[in-house]
Amino acid sequence: MNLRTDLRWTPWLYLAPALILLGGLLVYPIYQLGLISFFHYTQAQVSGGEPTTFEGFGNYTELFSDSEFWQVLLATVLFASACVVSTLAVGCALAVLLTRVRAVPRLALMLAALGAWATPAVTGSTVWLFLFDPDFGPVNRVLGLGDHSWTYGRLSAFFLVLLEVVWCSFPFVMVTVYAGIRAVPSEVLEAAALDGASQWRIWRSVLAPMLRPILTVVTIQSVIWDFKVFTQIYVMTNGGGIAGQNLVLNVYAYQQAFASSQYGLGSAVGVVMLLILLAVTLVYLRLLRRQGEEL
Amino acid sequence: MTRVNPVVLRTRWLPDAVALVVAVVVAFPLYWMVLGAFKPAGEIESSEPRPWTTSPSLDSFRRVFGQQDFGRYFVNSLVVAGSVVIVSALVAFLAATAVARFRFRFRTTLLIMFLVAQMVPVEALTIPLFFQMRDFGLLNTLGSLILPHIAFSLPFAIWMLRGFVKGVPEALEEAAYIDGASRGRFLWQILFPLVFPGLVATSVFSFISAWNDFLFAKSFIISDTSRSTLPMALLVFYKPDDPDWGGVMAASTVMTIPVLVFFVLVQRRLVSGLGGAVKD
Repeated sequence: MNLRTDLRWTPWLYLAPALILLGGLLVYPIYQLGLISFFHYTQAQVSGGEPTTFEGFGNYTELFSDSEFWQVLLATVLFASACVVSTLAVGCALAVLLTRVRAVPRLALMLAALGAWATPAVTGSTVWLFLFDPDFGPVNRVLGLGDHSWTYGRLSAFFLVLLEVVWCSFPFVMVTVYAGIRAVPSEVLEAAALDGASQWRIWRSVLAPMLRPILTVVTIQSVIWDFKVFTQIYVMTNGGGIAGQNLVLNVYAYQQAFASSQYGLGSAVGVVMLLILLAVTLVYLRLLRRQGEEL
Repeated sequence: MTRVNPVVLRTRWLPDAVALVVAVVVAFPLYWMVLGAFKPAGEIESSEPRPWTTSPSLDSFRRVFGQQDFGRYFVNSLVVAGSVVIVSALVAFLAATAVARFRFRFRTTLLIMFLVAQMVPVEALTIPLFFQMRDFGLLNTLGSLILPHIAFSLPFAIWMLRGFVKGVPEALEEAAYIDGASRGRFLWQILFPLVFPGLVATSVFSFISAWNDFLFAKSFIISDTSRSTLPMALLVFYKPDDPDWGGVMAASTVMTIPVLVFFVLVQRRLVSGLGGAVKD
């Protein structure tokens, strides 16, 4: 132990590369994001044609008085919630299913899920578009929908993206929850069964409480992933849908900054997103602490 | 490994059948992708799509590799993902050793910071990073994709590796020092090989985030298309009004296969690694 205490600087030496990288490419950009959001910053300022002017909360006032922003925010919250609920429901149901099947079906489901998990977001998006293509897709043929376009209507476009998001994100939930169920000692379940508990009762009173830490982690992870979906929306609805009907915050910020060159406004959207996710994170940390996790 | 749950004992054929049906449904999009890549042009653009093909053809792959320097994009993607995996694994290993093996001031604070850092929506940082990359003169280079991805994959990698480093008994470390090993020797010749399986599992996540990246590639590689990566190249074939579905499916297949191979190779470690990261 003596060896450790007198080498006080060793841990900092080991940490140095990580801290430098994180400081330069994570902390500093966050600071910059906040800074830009307070300036009038468009193409003219980027190219140096006009001086940058400090606007205070100007960008935020503009944003909050724009009804499109509120619409996008509402759509983001609803869309992300729908994704989280569906992903968790499918993932948990399949994890329980996995504990009750023989080896071959289990392997088949695991492999299929790993395949969906591994699929890059861009390719997943194009493949799902192809499946639901009005002219050449199999889904419309099977359902007899003719040349119904799924990306035309606002809700059906969101629904299509939701299907893709659930498809590629339920495997994480399924695998993690399944690993958690397997880690529950079998004696506990046997005892519950001997006491005459029903399947549902076992799940509700024995498994769910024991799995709570894992369920917390997968819920929070899903919230964070689904709240900042970018690729799927961008690719599947071609940059936010007809007249921006399928915009979510992330795509909205990108469009403001890189399509309309409103970098200040786009940064303000980014700050709003950052603050919302920070709030989610704080809730998460509190939950972890209440469960007595030691860091 | 096979633990007998009372739940398992009651297995009947119904859950098996449900699991198989779900597996087929989940795998179907991937099957359709590969099928679409091999279908000849006439069959893919048909209003009577069939779930098989009698005359598979490599035309779509030829078109993909012939047009648009697809091979170069593939190499670009490999360079980006490879650099990110190697550098972030080494840096995360050092940092994880520091937080798992030493007690020092601000250790808990740092751990919480790493946790919070995982939650930062990196997409929101595209705008400041764009200006930062411009100032570094890195726009239109692969470096503009490699650097941010290294940084963003670190917090999770450190968090996950910490569990693996903790798993190596402390007695081993003391024994090494008693035998006269230096700190560096212990680190690289004893600890590193022992933690290596964990490093591989952790790497999947940094590999995927770098390989799949679409937003940074779209924002930072603006004029020099020879530095594009696969996600951008894929969209060359996808024009919303008139997509070349055969090309899109072939390019998607080429892009998905390396990730699938990586996943299948490390899947066992992945599950145990996730379990460890979640429980700790």
